[in-house]
Amino acid sequence: MKSKTIKVDYLARVEGEGSLYVKIKDNSVVDVKLKIFEPPRFFEAFLHGRTFSEAPDIAARICGICPIAYQMSAIHAMEDAFGVKVDGQLRALRRLIYCGEWIESHALHIYMLHAPDFLGYADVVQMAKDYPEIVKRGLQLKKTGNEIVALLGGREIHPINVRVGGFYKVPTRRELDPLAERLKWARDAALETTRWVATLPFPEFEYDYEFVALYHPDEYPFNEGRLVSNKGLNISVNKYDEYFIEEHMPHSNALHSVLKERGAYLVGPLARYNLNFERLSPLAQEAAHSAGLSSVCYNPFQSIIIRSVETLYACDEALRIINQYEKPETSSVPVEPHAATGYGCTEAPRGILFHRYRVDDKGIILDAKIVPPTAQNQKSIENDLWQFIPKHLNLSHEELTLKCEQVIRNYDPCISCATHFLKLKIDRE
Amino acid sequence: MHLLRHAFFETQNRSRVELTPSEQILQKKPRILIIGIGNAYRGDDAVGFVVAQRLKEQTLDYVSVLEKSGDGVALMESWKNADTVILVDAVYSDIKPGTLHRFDAHAQPIPVKFFCYSTHAFSVAEAIELSRTLNQLPPHLIVYGIEGKCFEAGAGLSPEVEDAARTVVKYIQHDIYSIDPFPGCISSDSL
Repeated sequence: MKSKTIKVDYLARVEGEGSLYVKIKDNSVVDVKLKIFEPPRFFEAFLHGRTFSEAPDIAARICGICPIAYQMSAIHAMEDAFGVKVDGQLRALRRLIYCGEWIESHALHIYMLHAPDFLGYADVVQMAKDYPEIVKRGLQLKKTGNEIVALLGGREIHPINVRVGGFYKVPTRRELDPLAERLKWARDAALETTRWVATLPFPEFEYDYEFVALYHPDEYPFNEGRLVSNKGLNISVNKYDEYFIEEHMPHSNALHSVLKERGAYLVGPLARYNLNFERLSPLAQEAAHSAGLSSVCYNPFQSIIIRSVETLYACDEALRIINQYEKPETSSVPVEPHAATGYGCTEAPRGILFHRYRVDDKGIILDAKIVPPTAQNQKSIENDLWQFIPKHLNLSHEELTLKCEQVIRNYDPCISCATHFLKLKIDRE
Repeated sequence: MHLLRHAFFETQNRSRVELTPSEQILQKKPRILIIGIGNAYRGDDAVGFVVAQRLKEQTLDYVSVLEKSGDGVALMESWKNADTVILVDAVYSDIKPGTLHRFDAHAQPIPVKFFCYSTHAFSVAEAIELSRTLNQLPPHLIVYGIEGKCFEAGAGLSPEVEDAARTVVKYIQHDIYSIDPFPGCISSDSL
């Protein structure tokens, strides 16, 4: 009887921390445990007793990588609670700031974290020795996203300009013009990115996922839509609790999200793309086809292509918004709190981010629930490893460990929403 | 006198370059940049901010102080116009909490694992090493790492780290006064 353990005590190139333990016995995988911890639980408690207007800025502190997503889900949940509708240019500006977050987050993952896996480098520092110009393009692309967030959010990290009902201050047309110039460069760079990643070697791997994403009839989803899946789910966001549950797993501090009576599901770029391909801009659709993708993709390793397509879309969409922008007369609409429960779900770069708040008649938060995308993907990551490892047992221990890390990085897991270290162990018996 | 004060004529068609907020700060005070890195909600990970805030109250006009979350790409942008950069961050290498580490980035590579408590996958050490590879390191780059003890969400600074923060403020003040604000003259190790 031969047994082997794969253990990664500190998994590099993922946001935050966690660990992976894999046990292999007689050439069969007998155990896979992805362990992560969850700061949102701390923030849920921290939000208790605070006023509704503080929620976006407190929630944004959960994640330095995707603060806009946390702010957006929080404000939509509060606006749902109080029956507030934000539309016109204020709604467009929210899409614009979200474009910025997608560009910076996707560019970081494509160039700095994921590409080295495909090209056989230990990290981007090693990759930059052979591909300095490509790495510089990635840095510049990310910077463009940072600039959108900095301009609309007031600052790059933990933006402070977003509020329930709109913004504290809205930009003038003149302030947005320089961004448009940079976005034209970024759109070309994103197109180049899509062409470049299409040339990477992709392992043959497909899985029959249930993809879950927001769906909006008129636009590729950022802030609004119904929750749909490729296996029949079609619900409004306020029904989330009726269809999704969080299971406590003894091996992880994070809760595993599952669809009731159906199990694991996948959120993020792959899910959005498969459920919303028709609402990508023509340029993004054409780039996807040129990169060899059809309108559906079941290979998680190709998520790097889809992130590139989404980056291109975000540049295209940001330019469209800026071109049509006229400064609104007011920077926000009035908000009158009353006792209610509100639900918000938006598309963080890594997938749907659900918030639910119950507030009293003065708008004081009585309880909060936050479900980050990585917690929702945790079970799918484990499922991928269960499927992937048996087909690659001929690899050396080091190669197999690296491949396992790559499987995890396909999801761009933002474990900083969930933990600090990612450790990985593979046991072979 | 005119030639001394206006030795170069302004070009007529100088293209306008838009600056990011950090670039704007640097353009005004481009000499020494101090960056406190951290997360205010993660116990000892807040120490970079604490040091930065204390230095903000007492720095000279050629010194800028920024607080950053540790996003490596944003760091590379922040320091690209600075002559001297001093970074302060919490580290963990499983030794006595409050221990100070000081690195001169031009003298040695920065140990990635020291900074593993960053919530960013591309963080301080990676940003420094990538800058080195791309020939984009600032002329002088000093990194202070303060050995942390508790990085739990919601915790405050440990007493040992609080003491170390006070010491680092003094060391950086010494660094600042040791560095000639005019180009080309810097004390490489002023401790």
